[in-house]
Amino acid sequence: MESIIEGFRKAFSLIFTLDPELLSIIFLSLEVSVIALIVATAAGLPVGSLTGLKRFPGRGLIVSLLNTFMGLPPVVVGLFLYLLLSRSGPLGFMALLYSPTAMIIAQSILAFPIVAALSHSAIIKVEPVIKQASRTLGAKPFQVTVAVVKEARYGIMSAVIAALGRAMAEVGAVLIVGGNIAGFTRVMTTTIALETDKGNFELALALGIILLMISFVINMVLYVIQKKGVVQAE
Amino acid sequence: MMSLKLITSHIYKSYDGKPVLRDCSFSFEKSGTYVLMGPNGCGKSTFLRICALLEEPDRGEVNYFSGNALLKKNIELKRRVTLLLPRVGVFNTSSFKNVAYGLRIRGMRVKEVRDKVGSALEFVGLMHKKNQNALTLSSGETQRMGIARALVIEPEIIFLDEPTAFVDEENKEIIEDIILRLKKSGTSLVIITTHDRIQAEKLGDWLLLMKDGRILPS
Repeated sequence: MESIIEGFRKAFSLIFTLDPELLSIIFLSLEVSVIALIVATAAGLPVGSLTGLKRFPGRGLIVSLLNTFMGLPPVVVGLFLYLLLSRSGPLGFMALLYSPTAMIIAQSILAFPIVAALSHSAIIKVEPVIKQASRTLGAKPFQVTVAVVKEARYGIMSAVIAALGRAMAEVGAVLIVGGNIAGFTRVMTTTIALETDKGNFELALALGIILLMISFVINMVLYVIQKKGVVQAE
Repeated sequence: MMSLKLITSHIYKSYDGKPVLRDCSFSFEKSGTYVLMGPNGCGKSTFLRICALLEEPDRGEVNYFSGNALLKKNIELKRRVTLLLPRVGVFNTSSFKNVAYGLRIRGMRVKEVRDKVGSALEFVGLMHKKNQNALTLSSGETQRMGIARALVIEPEIIFLDEPTAFVDEENKEIIEDIILRLKKSGTSLVIITTHDRIQAEKLGDWLLLMKDGRILPS
C-alpha cells in the first residue's frame, strides 16, 4: 500500500515539475495519435459518406467489414504491419519499422474503421427528407451530399472523437512496429507497459494519470457534442 | 425572362408494379393558382414530384417551355421551380440558415442573402424566430418556414404538396393567407395539392380533380 502511495506522490511530482521526459512522451503520443486521426478521418469519412449515401453492389459487405474491423485486435494489426515493414517484408525498403511513421500507420489502420463505420451510421440516420429538401431547393448532387453530411455532423464528430480515444489508448500495435525506443518511439501506453515491467511505477503512474485525464477530456467533448446534436422540441 | 409553362403528357408511374399514375396529361400555361384535388393515395404527390423534376415518369413526358422554346431539364431549369413537401425537411440549424440555404447554394452574396431571407421570414410572420433552431419550431411554424425557404429563391413555379396537412387550425389559416398573398403578388405560378374542397375553392383559380392516378377532365 505504501509503495502505491509513494508511487502516486512521485507521479504527481513528475507532473507538477513538468518532467522533460514525461513531456516528450506526452507530446510524441499526441503527435502520433493526432496525425493518425487526420489520416483516418481523411480516408474514413469519404468511405462512410459513400456507403451512407449511395447504393451499390458490395455496399453491405463493405459495411460489415468496417463493423468487424472496429474490433480489430491491435496486436494483429501490429503483426501484419511488422511483416510488411520489416527488412525482409515487401515494404522493407522504406525503412519505416521502429519509427513514428510506422506507429502513425498502425494507429490510422485501427482508427479508420471507427471513423468510417460510425460516420456511415450517422449518415444513414439522417432523414431522407433532408436529401429531398435540398434537391427541391435546387441543390446539385454534390451539394445534396454536403447537406446530408452536414446534418450528420454531430455523429461524425463523435466518430472522430471515438477514433481518437482508440488511437490514444492503443498499445499492442505501436509496441510491435514502434519498438518503444526511448526519445524516438516511446509513447505513453508503451512507456506504461515498459516501466511497469521494470517496477518504475512513478513514471507509469504519472503517464496513466495523464492518459486518464486526456481520455476524460475526450469523453467530455464527446458528451458535449452528442448533447448539442440532440435538439429538444419546445 | 419569359414565364415558364409546364406541359405534362401521358404520364405513367408505378411503384413495385402498382400503378400510381395512369395517363396524366395537363398544361399549366396560365398564371395563377392551380389546385389538384383528390383523395389520399390518388397520385397527387407523385404527380407533383414528377412535375418538379424530382422523379422520372415510367412513360410520358414532362416539358417546360419558355415562350415556345422547349427547355432542357438541367439544373438551371430545376432552380426555376421548387416543391414544398408535406413534411418539410428541416436542417438542424437556425430558421434563418434554413431559409438561406437555397440562396447560399446559388452562391449569392451575404448581404443579399440577409435581405432576402429577412423579407421571406417577414412574409410568413417568422422574423422573431429567425435565430431559433428550426427543429424546435411547431409544425405550423415549420411549414411556414418551409414556405419562406421555397419563396426566397423566387421560383417561377412553386408546387405545394398538401401544405396544411399536418398543421393546426390557426396555422392552416395563416398558411392559406400566405398562399392568397402569394397569389395576389402574381410572382409565381402556384400548383397546390389538397384533399380539402373548401380550401381548394378558397385558394384555386383552377381546380383539377384527380382519381385513381388520373386527372379527370374538367
